Amino acid sequence: MKSLAELEAIRNKAQEQINLRKNKDGMRVVVGMATCGIAAGARPVMNAFMEELKKRNIDNVVVTMTGCMGVCRLEPMAEIIDTNGKRFTYVKLTSEKVRRIVAEHIVNGKPVIEYTIGQFESKN
Amino acid sequence: MQIFRSHVLICGGTGCTASGSTVLTEEFEKQLKKNNLENEVKIVKTGCFGFCEKGPIVVIYPEGCMYTMVKVEDIREIVEEHLVKGRIVKRLLIEARQEEESRVSIEGVEFFQKQHRVVLKNCGVINPEEINEYIACDGYRALGKVLTEMKPGEVIDIIKRSGLRGRGGGGFPTGLKWEFTARAQGDQKYVCCNADEGDPGAFMDRSILEGDPHAVIEAMAIAGYAIGSNQGYIYVRAEYPIAVRRLNIAIGQAKELGLLGKNIFGTGFDFDLELRLGAGAFVCGEETALMTSIEGKRGEPRPRPPFPANQGLWQKPTLLNNVETYANIPQIILNGPEWFASVGTERSKGTKVFALGGKINNTGLVEIPMGTTLREVIYDIGGGIPGGKNFKAVQMGGPSGGCVPAECIDTPIDYDSLTQLGAMMGSGGMIVMDQDTCMVDIAKFFLEFTVDESCGKCPPCRIGTKRMLEILNKITDGKGTLEDIEKLEVLAKNIKASALCGLGQTAPNPVLSTLRYFKDEYLAHVNDKTCPAGVCKSITRYVIHEDACKSCGICARNCPIGCITGEKKKPYKIDQDKCIKCGTCMEKCPFKAIYKNV
Repeated sequence: MKSLAELEAIRNKAQEQINLRKNKDGMRVVVGMATCGIAAGARPVMNAFMEELKKRNIDNVVVTMTGCMGVCRLEPMAEIIDTNGKRFTYVKLTSEKVRRIVAEHIVNGKPVIEYTIGQFESKN
Repeated sequence: MQIFRSHVLICGGTGCTASGSTVLTEEFEKQLKKNNLENEVKIVKTGCFGFCEKGPIVVIYPEGCMYTMVKVEDIREIVEEHLVKGRIVKRLLIEARQEEESRVSIEGVEFFQKQHRVVLKNCGVINPEEINEYIACDGYRALGKVLTEMKPGEVIDIIKRSGLRGRGGGGFPTGLKWEFTARAQGDQKYVCCNADEGDPGAFMDRSILEGDPHAVIEAMAIAGYAIGSNQGYIYVRAEYPIAVRRLNIAIGQAKELGLLGKNIFGTGFDFDLELRLGAGAFVCGEETALMTSIEGKRGEPRPRPPFPANQGLWQKPTLLNNVETYANIPQIILNGPEWFASVGTERSKGTKVFALGGKINNTGLVEIPMGTTLREVIYDIGGGIPGGKNFKAVQMGGPSGGCVPAECIDTPIDYDSLTQLGAMMGSGGMIVMDQDTCMVDIAKFFLEFTVDESCGKCPPCRIGTKRMLEILNKITDGKGTLEDIEKLEVLAKNIKASALCGLGQTAPNPVLSTLRYFKDEYLAHVNDKTCPAGVCKSITRYVIHEDACKSCGICARNCPIGCITGEKKKPYKIDQDKCIKCGTCMEKCPFKAIYKNV
């Protein structure tokens, strides 16, 4: 150990590894991961959330899973619960859609209305 | 870098290891592989969560969900339900939590709510075998700050201002100890850590070493800088194999990163650390005996002065602190002495870790601010006495301490109030006793321990404690006289005044404090030849109540030596000469017709 900066570098890198164990106060992303979700491709969707959040150094958002949300035909689905407890349900997700949701909804606070369940259902 | 979406924390402390957590880890690995989750879920072996009663403990993040008493058979369900489908396995949560799904996390458990974790902040959070995780939790930043920004005198000043007192038992102000050692003249100085935790029922130090070994290592390097030493020794019991292994790993990793060794942080400061294993003699927890043992000699104390600060290890100035004392140091440096002093009472600052044991629901490790009352610890955190029985007393400070009776349950826990009560903070063992505990028997238990562990160097301890034990045996056999009680008291006071080291000087404490608060029990043994709690076998009698006996014969069938006889429609009888006082008959009697001591 030659300097404080060196310690700081190790610290920053290591913090990424254990951030998961800290209390989170930000939004929650809940991905539907029942059989229906997994079959429809929920795993890449969840990985996309994780990667995108890491790329942007967002560490107060929890990504977690849940079982079947009941609308299996619209899987892969994910809910974003904001800090006020308001829920946004996104449906028919892909990795590309996830990247946009992270950028617009999680970072800038503007939900991507066209991907939400209400919009999707009325269009199709 | 690989991103894991979930971390499974499995307790690897001694408590949970004993209840089978190693097998859990293997099973988790197997099940994760089966479900192709090994790249998504990370298994982390942590130190003690403190909730040993409900072990083995498994905590899953990001939910922070705490599963208790997990068995191998449960793992498949946890993996398939929680990790694959995101459904929490409610039946494995702590009972009260099962209905409230929103409060599954570790913070929601009463056991943790009243605690204030400073020393244990990393225990159960990080992997103690991974230095990076310690660094992520601000590890070694205090050392960096001290070496690059502060003069040794400033470090000592901060410790003095924090009001930290020794956590090993004596409660001597830590800052002063550092100052004395810093001022002492000598070409070579040493920093030592007392990890020879020996009190029956105490396991705080072990859990700190197992859960956060780097905190102690960092603090010792800081102490080295403050007093002008470049060599440290940790004296740890060989009976703590997990602690020893993790310390070795931790020292190795710190050396590899250059956090121990030469020219740390490029400041020219060198510090090296070695382990010394103790063979488990209680007396080696006494500071002069500990240092004699490190020197490779037979562990025996020597008179003080000279104090270790001036002539310690190999006659050189030596700083010796306890594990928990050291574990506070990095936090004090990082957060400031005012932060530390803001917790606790006027003369006892900060927090204290206690090992809760005995007749209590939540056996385990708790860290509380100084000044918390015994009632809060026993009822709110400890969950009260099992079986709805009455709280009688708590033994604090092990064989050197004393008991605090039920009427003092609202006493705030700090150094001075406990000393006033005739107990002591000690290292932090808290053994809870209920109505079925005989206080004379407890005093005898601790005295037996000190008689066994006396090193034999000085006569008051070697001969005096032995004589005290003989008197106690006489009393519990129902052969004691009032004169014996007087003799016991005189002997106790003489040993206290004349023994060479702390072990001998404090050995009579359990007897003195039980005599102070429970003299009536001693008198009952002597005058009435009965043991009110029914523990002392030779004077306890089991009697069948003639009116209540229904002559069912269950007692006679269950008596292991067949000393109960009787016939139908007539009350059964116990042959008192043959009875071994095992209590089986009383337990088995469906009509509660058998009594003790009537």
